[in-house]
Amino acid sequence: MTDLGWIEGAITAARPQAMAALLRYFREMDAAEEAFQDACLRALKAWPKNGPPRDPTAWLIMVGRNAAIDAVRKSSRNTVLPPEELLSDLEDAEAEAAERLDGSHYRDDVLRLLFICCHPDLPATQQIGLALRIVSGLSVREIARAFLVSEAAMEQRITRAKAKIGAGEASFEAPGPIERAERFAAVAAMLYLVFNEGYSASGKAVEARGGLCDEAIRLARLLLRLFPAEPEMMGLTALLLLQHARSDARFDADGNAILLEDQDRSLWNRKMIGEGLALIDKAMLKRAPGPYQVQAAIAALHARAAKPEDTDWVEIDQLYTALEIMQPSPVVTLNRAVAVAKVRGPEAALEMIEPLGARLDGYFHFHGARGAFLLQAGRQAEARQAFDRAISLANTAAEAANIRQYLDRVSADAKKSSS
Amino acid sequence: MLYAILCYNQEDVICAWSKEHEDGVMQKLMTVQERLSREGRLGPVARLMPTTAATTLRKDREPALVLDGPFAETKEQLLGFYVVDCDSLDGALEIAKDLGKANPGGSYEIRPIALFQPGAASGVMEGAVGA
Repeated sequence: MTDLGWIEGAITAARPQAMAALLRYFREMDAAEEAFQDACLRALKAWPKNGPPRDPTAWLIMVGRNAAIDAVRKSSRNTVLPPEELLSDLEDAEAEAAERLDGSHYRDDVLRLLFICCHPDLPATQQIGLALRIVSGLSVREIARAFLVSEAAMEQRITRAKAKIGAGEASFEAPGPIERAERFAAVAAMLYLVFNEGYSASGKAVEARGGLCDEAIRLARLLLRLFPAEPEMMGLTALLLLQHARSDARFDADGNAILLEDQDRSLWNRKMIGEGLALIDKAMLKRAPGPYQVQAAIAALHARAAKPEDTDWVEIDQLYTALEIMQPSPVVTLNRAVAVAKVRGPEAALEMIEPLGARLDGYFHFHGARGAFLLQAGRQAEARQAFDRAISLANTAAEAANIRQYLDRVSADAKKSSS
Repeated sequence: MLYAILCYNQEDVICAWSKEHEDGVMQKLMTVQERLSREGRLGPVARLMPTTAATTLRKDREPALVLDGPFAETKEQLLGFYVVDCDSLDGALEIAKDLGKANPGGSYEIRPIALFQPGAASGVMEGAVGA
């Protein structure tokens, strides 16, 4: 551990809360960011000398706010900045701030900050970029690397996004229950997007983007700590943990994706699975199911199966049925078909997905799954056609490589039946 | 004499540790624990899951009240703990309620355990006088 490692950790941990509180003071994103930066610089100077403050978050908020006020004074009256001793003499100010942090609007600050980043006028990629920059404090370079674009392009994207939210109206009043629920839903969706940016990475991008999964989990945990009784927040956190637990087993040495049923389950992260299972268990006691809880429950059934054969597909089929009712979508139905194929056979699954063809014709996974069902049903020629169509729709080399494995299997089966 | 050593720290900071840093810390802790274990002086070691996984049972009323989140009051003090084996949180809550009926007042925080080593320390040091 480097000597300054603890400072970096403390600043990273404090950032969402501190930024959120500073935004409430200044009501302007750039001013809040500047104040936070200023506070961090002062922390790097003061903390190694004075030791860690009792409450780093409160320290950063107080110092950031004072520094910004000083800056205004300085520019208007050209007076000198207060001496550094003043910064180390924060005991009273800290106590005052700490008290405020315990107050109820503090948690709404964090929710608001995240909610502002999910402005409905912003495309998903800009929402994520903005959240990573402002809430998580990732550098533009890091975010650009994760999105495989140049630093300049990402800088421009974030600036544009900021301009757009600057013009928007985010209420700084404490939200009512309905407004809070709406903010929750938007923020949860955005956190899942951040996670999926990391999770969908393959090959070399895994290294650049894998951190996004950790970041999404960190923010989800933070929200759950602030709103401990929200069952969907428990569900989302559990879902992220249970999916991320498989990270080390998802790719082979060449970076090719390994299907869930072929993964080496001993590589799954038991600690994350344990926490995910505990959270979904806790959420279930609330008896208020929602889409994230159901998806987490499905992930939990996979996590609980020591071998692929042990998977409780009947239960998964039922959970997908519940999800179809909550969130009707052809993609959910397609996922349910995978469970149906295991429980009632490939013909039943094929029958189920037939009506989806019109809407999912341009969807890689539709043709991939359909091919797999056809292959299982022994209809090689049709399977080959479906796989050919899937390959033509593949978004990544890894997806194409995955289908090629299936095509090899078709050829092998054909050879077997002809010999 | 057996002593409990209770670990307090800022969870959001610990959760923001990089994997390398976390592994480094665990490695150093293991070195200390292994020595204690060889000397027969190490009892149970538990690493608790984050407080987001916690549930609190307020047993100062009848029926006891179940709350999400960790125990957050400052006027009560930590006086002891149990480790119980249950299939689910529901099971753990049942046990906590039974215990609460036997000894009402205060609260129990129910927190899943992430890592558990039973340990072998018995509380009777080798060579202790009068053992």
